[in-house]
This record gives sequence, structure tokens and C-alpha cells, in this order.
Amino acid sequence: MQPCYLGIDVGSVSTNLVVITSTGEVLSSLYIRTHGQPIQAVREGLRRIKANLPENITIAGAGATGSGRYLAGAIVGADIVKNEITAHAVAARQEIPGVQTILEIGGQDSKIIILREGVVTDFAMNTVCAAGTGSFLDQQAARLGIPIENFGELALKARHPVRIAGRCTVFAESDMIHKQQMGHNIEDIIGGLCEALVRNYLNNVAKGKEILPPIVFQGGVAANAGIRAAFKKALGQEIIVPQHFAVMGALGAALLARDYINNNRKTKFKGFEIADQEFRATSFICQGCSNLCEIVNIEEEGSLIARWGSRCGKWDTLGE
Amino acid sequence: MKRVSFAHMGYSYLGFQQLVEDMGFEAIVPPHPSRATLDRGVTYAPEYACIPFKMVLGTYLEVLERGAQMIITSGGVGPCRAGLYGMMHEKILRNLGYDFEIFIFDPPLTGIWTFFLKLRRVLKTAGVSWLAFVDIVRRAWAKLKLLDELEQTATVIRPYEINKGETTRLFHQCLKLVEQARSMKEITAAREECISLLKNIPQDRTRRPLKIGIVGEIYVLLEPFMNLDIEKTLGEMGVITHRSIYLTQYTTTDVLSHGAQDVRQLAHPYLNQFVGGHGQNSVGETILYARNGFDGVIQVAPFTCIPEIVAKSILPRVSRDFGIPVLSLTIDEQTGRAGVETRLEAFVDLLRQRREQREAKRDAALLFGY
Repeated sequence: MQPCYLGIDVGSVSTNLVVITSTGEVLSSLYIRTHGQPIQAVREGLRRIKANLPENITIAGAGATGSGRYLAGAIVGADIVKNEITAHAVAARQEIPGVQTILEIGGQDSKIIILREGVVTDFAMNTVCAAGTGSFLDQQAARLGIPIENFGELALKARHPVRIAGRCTVFAESDMIHKQQMGHNIEDIIGGLCEALVRNYLNNVAKGKEILPPIVFQGGVAANAGIRAAFKKALGQEIIVPQHFAVMGALGAALLARDYINNNRKTKFKGFEIADQEFRATSFICQGCSNLCEIVNIEEEGSLIARWGSRCGKWDTLGE
Repeated sequence: MKRVSFAHMGYSYLGFQQLVEDMGFEAIVPPHPSRATLDRGVTYAPEYACIPFKMVLGTYLEVLERGAQMIITSGGVGPCRAGLYGMMHEKILRNLGYDFEIFIFDPPLTGIWTFFLKLRRVLKTAGVSWLAFVDIVRRAWAKLKLLDELEQTATVIRPYEINKGETTRLFHQCLKLVEQARSMKEITAAREECISLLKNIPQDRTRRPLKIGIVGEIYVLLEPFMNLDIEKTLGEMGVITHRSIYLTQYTTTDVLSHGAQDVRQLAHPYLNQFVGGHGQNSVGETILYARNGFDGVIQVAPFTCIPEIVAKSILPRVSRDFGIPVLSLTIDEQTGRAGVETRLEAFVDLLRQRREQREAKRDAALLFGY
């Protein structure tokens, strides 16, 4: 039996799974939509990735990341639960040794990670405004009736990208509509939109950070050729998109799990069978004090496996 | 008996409750700020008001519904909008049809006479003599000081705790003990009991916690609901935090005096004027933390808070010049817990890696010399 490691990245838009060998080679990866149901997405993901795997492997460790990491960790029995910044940095470092800048744009979050000598020295994430670049591109593609896969290619055909107000996606949409009404062709508008989103990212997320090569661009949006081109133009540098760009978080979680287990720990991973098990999240308001905390229970086949949400710690230990 | 209430800020409510009760009023203790409080505040507040404004408005609505007849609050002066907030709150609440009295106390230094007259009116309503009042304030002050001390003690112990969450649980027990203590003697006794309770928590002293300084605006720093329990969250990640503002210390340096001069002096090369609120402090305190060997600094700022925005734009330079990582968190009603936790966790990871790298370098240098 070959020991392998599983990484799960549960984000707001997508849920990704990766299985790697002990040398860090990706055996199988999966990108599915979360659809606002992380528990379902994790079960579905486990079922599908299991079908892709060879028979002779065993999961020796599991890691979880993404905004739904604690939930995913509780469900699958993850050995390590880590934030997405660290996970993305670990994955990028393995794929492109010597990387100094990571641009990461996902469904909801945009981030920039600065590494020097292989160590994260600075990072930033979009603040306050939650409007995600990935979701916004999806939405605009749908509005214009263009499949999202062709969106980037159209942007590359732009001859004179129009200037779109990209500070906020709400304004960007209004401005796009205005430019359409003025008669600009669709390629120029989409090209302009890509440039606006990149401008916004560089001005608001990457503000003040020293962007040194090699620059890696990852996250779901890296699939978009228009955004890639806009980054290249704005930064005047080569942009590297790693092979597994869409599942880098999951890859990082798998690598972290591998390093944590390090051959001498036993995994807490519950096995792929949990895909067929019933998980339920219930919540109640604790009336213990005027904080009125919302406590969430995660139940597996009727028994409580995790609980969180209290501010005083009263409910953090399982059992009444 | 007049029913009197006040704003909720961290654990200070215990001190203010005692103060109000000792003056012979009935205290309407404001509930802990919650999602519901905030939602109410947001409903009636101007959209671009900062989160402390909305939260305090929500709190007033809740206490007025519970029958409060008088609200005692603090005002403010200078470029920060907080100086207008008392009046704005009053106007909004009156428009909603509430009938109440409100006393807004501006820092005495800005107008000692007005301060005196207002206080005289409050004392007259209460029927308390100046002499009695001095004693009442002395005890309330002792309680506030104790609360600050306990909070700080818990923060220092938390990263060492063996059973996760125990410090927080015992800290809440301490709050109950402090609540019951009324006289100076009882407060001293409560202090001893609480400190020994916290000190006796099973600890693993072999751990090496990181040290993070927290700077920013006073309300979001003091109110755990607002900063999403930043001190507890970091503590349980193995970090000793030091907050730049504790209520009693702030009152002595900034309300009753002209501000922490050393901090202002430190900020001077970067920001040479008072921009209101804690803007200048945030810059100066970051420098102070860097000098005192802290691993990192976190700035907590309400969304649209001008003083903190000024500080935020300066902090990257301070961070570079002093070699100390700074993370800025902006808080408003849209802020999600998952996002804040991710940023805190990543920041702590970064600081750990940084320390390891430095130590590795230092060891390598030592070996070389050897």
C-alpha cells in the first residue's frame, strides 16, 4: 500500500480536493462548486476523488484549508487545519521553487503573498468589501451570455480596451452597461474590465508591496487569459501560472498534512466511507448570558462530533 | 428612583454599574453588544458612521426599552467625529420618540467649568454630596483598575494554558467575583482570589509564545464582540498580546491629562499633528512595540474611522523602517469571523516562520564564529 495524503480546500465558491504521493506528486485533483453547501460538497468531493484513485493507495494523512476548514476538518477527521494563506504559500513554493510573489484570486477572496528566501514575509487580503473577482467575472459572463471559458479569450481580442471604473464591482457593472450603450464592442469592454479588476487588485490588495519575480498567479481566476494578460501588462513581468493553479490551496493542505504526519504519526482521517454518512449541522442560541451566542453542532449519524460558537468556552467541550 | 444607564465598553460596565448604584440610582446594565444590538443600531444610524456609533446607538435603544430614563456618556473633542456622536445619538433617539435625559461628559480639560456644572447637576439629581461622591468614584475606580489588571493577567497566562479555554472560563468566573465585591476591602479580597485563581491554571511554561501588540481605536479594542475576541483568539493560538489601551490607563493619560507624550513624540517623525481619536497613538505605539522587541503589531480600526485611516496609510512605512510586521484589520457590520480568523492565523504563521528563520541565522552565525 502506497501512503498518500489528502488535502481539502473548502471555499465559498469552490471545494477542491487533491491527493498527493509522499514525494508531493499530484495523483488526482478535483474542483467542484460548493453551492453554499460545504457539507454536501465535501461528501461529493470525497466520493468522486475516490473513484479516480488507484486501488493500492492508503490515505496516511489529511489536511483542510479554506474558509470552511474547521467544518471540513471535523467531517473528514483532518490531521491539520490551516489557513489558506499558509496553504497557498506552501503549494506555490513546492511548484515554483524560489517564488517571491504569489497573486491569488479566488471566488471571494483576493490575496497577495510575499515570500523571501522561501519564507512568507508579508501578505494582504481584500478588506471589508467582499465582492469577489471570480464570482463577479462569472456573473458578467452570464449576463453577457458568454461561456466563462471564452471570456478571457475575448478579452485578448480587444484592440482598444475601454476604461472601466473598477473600484467596486457594483460600479464596474454600471460602467460596463454604460459603455455597452455607447456602442463599444464587447471585446474592448471585456478587455477593459480585466484591466480594471487588475488595477483594482494592485491598488487595493497589493498596495505598497514589493512585487519581485518569479511571480506566480493562482486561484480559479488564473484560468482567465484576459486577467493573466492584464497582470503581465500592468506589472511588465512574466506571470507564471502553475499546473494545478485552481487547487493550490488543497495541494498546500495535503503537503502540510504530509509534513505533519512525517511517518511517525497516525492519521485521524476517517476514510472515504464518510461520503455515504449523514452529517447534520444544527444550531441554537445559548441563553447562559446576555452574549446570546449562536452555537453550532455538527452531528455525524446522530452523534455529536464538533461544536463551536460560544464566546466563553462553555460549549467548546463536547458532551452536555 | 431614577433608572440610569451608560454605554457598554468591554468589562467596564461592572465599574459603571457600581458607580451608578452607589449614587442611589437604579442601574440599567446594558446587555453585551450582540448581532441584534448592532442590527438595531445600523437601522437608525447614518450608513457611513463608524461601527462604535452604530453599536452604541443600538445599546441605547436596548436600555431605553428596558426603561432607562437617564444616559450618562462620554463625549470627545478634536477632528474625530466622536465629539458629535453624543448629540447625534440624542437627536436620533428623540426623533424615534424616546423621552430621556442625557449627560455627555467631555474631557474636563477642554472645559473644566462645563464639566463641573454638568457633574453638579447629576449629583443634585442623585442627592449625593461631593464628599460622598469622591468616595464612590474611588471605589468604582478601584474596580475598573482591577478589571483591567485581570484582563491583562488572563492574556499573559492564556498561551501557556494546558487545557484550551480554561483561562477564559476562569476569567468569566472572576468577573462574577468582581461583580459582587463592593467595598474597598471586598475589592481587595476579590483581587487576591481572582489572581490566585488565574495563576493556578495548569500551564506549560516550556512554550515560547509570540508577542503581539494591539493598537487602534478604543471602542473596537476594548469591546471583545467588536474585535471578534482578538485577544482570546490569539491567546489560544499561543500568542501573548498587549493592548495599547486599557481604560484606566487611558483615562489618566488622555482624558485627565494631555495624552501619552512619549507615544506622540515617537510618532512625530511620521505624523506630526493630532489627527483625532487614536491615529497618532497607533503610529507611536507601533514604534514603541517594535522597540520593546514585540514580534508584530495588529491595528484594529473601525471602517471609515479617519484617524485610523491616516495611521493605516503610514504604518507600512513604520513597518519597513522598524522591521516589524503590521496587520491592519478593518471592522464594520459586514466583517465576517472566518475572514478575520484566517488573517490572524496567517499573521501568526508568518511571525513564527520569521522567528525561526532569524534564530536559524543567528545560530548559523554563532557556529561560523566558533
